[in-house]
Amino acid sequence: MSKSERPNQLFRNLNAKIASIPMILTALVVFVGGTVWTVFYSFTNSKLLPRLHFIGLDQYHRLWSTPRWLVSIENLLIYGVLSLVFSLVIGFLLAALLDQKIRFEDTFRTIFLYPFALSFIVTGLVWQWLLNPEFGVQGVVRSLGWESFSFDPLYNSSIVIYGILIAALWQGTGLIMCLMLAGLRGIDEDIWKAARVDGIPTWKTYLFIIIPMMRPVFITTLVIIASNIVRVYDLVVAQTSGGPGIASEVPAKYVYDYMFFAQNLGQGFAASTMMLLSVVIVIVPWAYLEFGGKKRV
Amino acid sequence: MRYKLITAALAATAALQFAGPAAAADLEVTHWWTSGGEAAAVAEFAKAFDATGNHWVDGAIAGSGGTARPIMISRITGGDPMGATQFNHGRQAEELVQAGLMRDLTDLATKDKWTEIVRPKSLLDSCTIDGKIYCVPVNIHSWQWLWLSNAAFEKAGVPVPKNWNEYVAAAPALEKAGILPLAVGGQPWQASGAFDVLLAAVGGTDTFLKVYKDKDAEFAAGPEVAKVFKAADDARKMAKNTNVQDWNQATNLVITGKAGGQIMGDWAQGEFQVAGQTAGKDYTCLPGLGLNEVIATGGDAFYFPLLKDAEKSKAQEVLAETLLDPKTQVAFNLKKGSLPVRGDVDLKAANDCMKKGLDILAKGSVMPWTDQLLSQDSQKQKEDLFSEFFAKPDMTVEEAQKRFADIVASAD
Repeated sequence: MSKSERPNQLFRNLNAKIASIPMILTALVVFVGGTVWTVFYSFTNSKLLPRLHFIGLDQYHRLWSTPRWLVSIENLLIYGVLSLVFSLVIGFLLAALLDQKIRFEDTFRTIFLYPFALSFIVTGLVWQWLLNPEFGVQGVVRSLGWESFSFDPLYNSSIVIYGILIAALWQGTGLIMCLMLAGLRGIDEDIWKAARVDGIPTWKTYLFIIIPMMRPVFITTLVIIASNIVRVYDLVVAQTSGGPGIASEVPAKYVYDYMFFAQNLGQGFAASTMMLLSVVIVIVPWAYLEFGGKKRV
Repeated sequence: MRYKLITAALAATAALQFAGPAAAADLEVTHWWTSGGEAAAVAEFAKAFDATGNHWVDGAIAGSGGTARPIMISRITGGDPMGATQFNHGRQAEELVQAGLMRDLTDLATKDKWTEIVRPKSLLDSCTIDGKIYCVPVNIHSWQWLWLSNAAFEKAGVPVPKNWNEYVAAAPALEKAGILPLAVGGQPWQASGAFDVLLAAVGGTDTFLKVYKDKDAEFAAGPEVAKVFKAADDARKMAKNTNVQDWNQATNLVITGKAGGQIMGDWAQGEFQVAGQTAGKDYTCLPGLGLNEVIATGGDAFYFPLLKDAEKSKAQEVLAETLLDPKTQVAFNLKKGSLPVRGDVDLKAANDCMKKGLDILAKGSVMPWTDQLLSQDSQKQKEDLFSEFFAKPDMTVEEAQKRFADIVASAD
């Protein structure tokens, strides 16, 4: 027995390796392969069907001189920053309030999480009605006597994106709250006791002790929120379908419209490559800090 | 016991299948005819096709052509073709044909002498690619109609206008009476279509062709087209309080007298008909906005994807013949409010508006439409521009015209 050689590294955990082959293949062929293919064809003038006729950076040139794309980017920035800030703040506040050992905690948690069970399409339609000037909030307030009350974000080009943001927050903060609550529950009771003994006020304990300790939870939450922001599409389609005019367009909708409605795959691919690029720009520095930084310690 | 029952049932179904006529097949037909008038019209096709012993499997896709076409195309390119599908004839299916995914109907067309019966000839030309015929035109649809609600003008105390200029002049009176002067739904194609109509009516046929056929960008930036943009600006002001999305909701505003009028293709006629209104009495129609009485020969056509199943291919031929059959043509087009593609059918039952259209057609005042002249890509850019123009009051006419000229310059 002792004479036998050290087993070959390649065959260690052979079962596990064989079992993961399908997933590795899927990741390589579908994700990486599909991405490379898309980027590759974004340099062609493919119309309805992909074809190999290279035209260099023309698609990108056209993309960045299209007003609709620029509006989409601007909307995504506004929507992204605000939805990130508000989901985190509201989510954390709700979680901190629920964590005060209140009565009916389960009930409140269920109520806050419920909207998350609805798809973006349903959320969008519900809020389309709520924000409709004749039937929704504005109509109700006016019927109560405030005749001049005006609240119709979906019909006003300059604030339509906030109407979409409201619906997104309503749908998404419940989940963020649950994640935060789980994080708060993971904090040892002794920490709280120690802070109380030292006479640190509660808000300071949260800000300087608890939140730094919840770093992993925050990172998970951040990734979830960020991916929701970049791919926002169905909410816009259900609420405004990009209107009024092109005021609430988003990049994902541009990609879809140009690939399928306009039958211009090249243009759609160029736009989706730009979306990928923006994700990479966000992810790479973060991944570097998160994983690369550890080696120094 | 149970086993025996199942075998018996299986045998029975098998026997039933063989008992039917040899050529009968289920054919799935996809289309985007879902509004009241449209659904009634397409039921006529289904009835006629079922009468041949085959079975029409209805594949209606709601949400107008813009939503339906991507679904149809991805089914065809994805290897799950339907038996037949609607497109607007022209350039929408061009690449599918070039990729060899569509069935060549030339033999059938020669046998049934389509070139002789289909009129105007330009319809069949739009179905022809490299000398081969790939689609069956089923109707002529023209965009250039102005639909006016007689009740709305009566309420405002002004006579029903006879052309676009009178209509614009009557707008303040309508507004004062609490009536929306012009209904333009929020779907992008409606704004862009309304502009095309203005281009053909206010600018004239030559202007239209110079812009969309010759793609003369310099001309599109010039004073002739500036006049059209001025008219579009009027239309934008008249339509600024429209709070509906779909075209048939906008038509409904006209039917109920909440809006003075709508620029919409003759498919709107079906809606008036379903609502039980009479042309001339309840509503007025002005072809070419009363300025330039020309009809565009756009329309719908059926394309037949190439299928492997011999029985289904045979059924495709039967369907193609059924669609062009004089009786089906009359029944379908009366309900749809469009004009038939053959001149030898009897349309006594046609109403006033359809008769106006038929007269113009008989005079030969026809012109091609954007579906035939522009690629979907250019169409989409145009839609983006005009939906923004109509929704954004602070966008200047000059800026819009400049961007329009850019689109024309890069159009293909």
